[in-house]
Amino acid sequence: MSDDATFEKFKNCAVEVLQVSPDAVVLEASFSDDLDADSLDLVELVMALEETFDITVEEDELEGVDTIGQAYALVTSKI
Amino acid sequence: MSSDQRTVIVTGASRGIGAACTALFASNGDRVFGLSRSAGPDLEGVEYRLVDLNDANAVAAVLDAIDEETGSIDVIVANAGITRDQLSVRMSDEDFSDVLETNLTATFRVLRRGLKRMIRQRSGRIIVVSSIGALMGLPGQANYAASKAGLIGMARAMAREVASRGITINVVAPGLIDTEMTSALGQDRLEAMAAQVPVGRLGTPEEIAACVLFLASDAASYVTGAILAIDGGLGMGL
Repeated sequence: MSDDATFEKFKNCAVEVLQVSPDAVVLEASFSDDLDADSLDLVELVMALEETFDITVEEDELEGVDTIGQAYALVTSKI
Repeated sequence: MSSDQRTVIVTGASRGIGAACTALFASNGDRVFGLSRSAGPDLEGVEYRLVDLNDANAVAAVLDAIDEETGSIDVIVANAGITRDQLSVRMSDEDFSDVLETNLTATFRVLRRGLKRMIRQRSGRIIVVSSIGALMGLPGQANYAASKAGLIGMARAMAREVASRGITINVVAPGLIDTEMTSALGQDRLEAMAAQVPVGRLGTPEEIAACVLFLASDAASYVTGAILAIDGGLGMGL
């Protein structure tokens, strides 16, 4: 899958789970500051990403994942 | 089988309050999975998944399978529990920790797994079976009371975490109920205790199940983090 297509898939998850507009899902966007996402939202997003990309994310891997870009990097490192 | 059918999981399903809950949910038209070490009564709409609830891997496998098969986890009745009554000064480390492990820790694991599905669904109902012993404190039950009181704190912490996702978590606190667990107390002691109950008798497992069914319903969507005492007034004011 091309990089663009992968990011689109990732973006769809974020839009669905975080209930934000697709335009808001940019690499620099901070979950807490820009997307109004709390820790439960992040957990839910990770679960959705695990299902969508058929990957597993361990608890400790979420440490320091504060932005869309960091979450996306985590996902792409596993697929 | 209708895809609208709720998936209901009951732990400690083989007898007592657990068995009454599986029967009532099944008659309500739900698809019920009873988790216990041995099978309970053969009822339409109920499947038993035999498992030792202290075996974390086995429990995870059973819950994954149910989630996979039905695509949802709608209701969890966390009822499994044991007693190992003994005066505190004579209670072994093992008798204390085993009861905590089975009643509280094993329940935590079941709820943790169930919540993962419920959060994605943005809906769910969890009913935790505590006990009048949690607040009243009965002799010989330092371990049991600790575990049942622990369930209350745990249920409330979890309830606050997931309330925004349409998930409610409530606690029922049965008093003296006519089951194998209380009949083990002995006839004389039971009669003496029943005389203390304002309503003047033991409760039935069906009376607990009826309250659990209500808390699992849509009608109860504004109830979360509550403790519903079903004890004929025995624990009134606690």
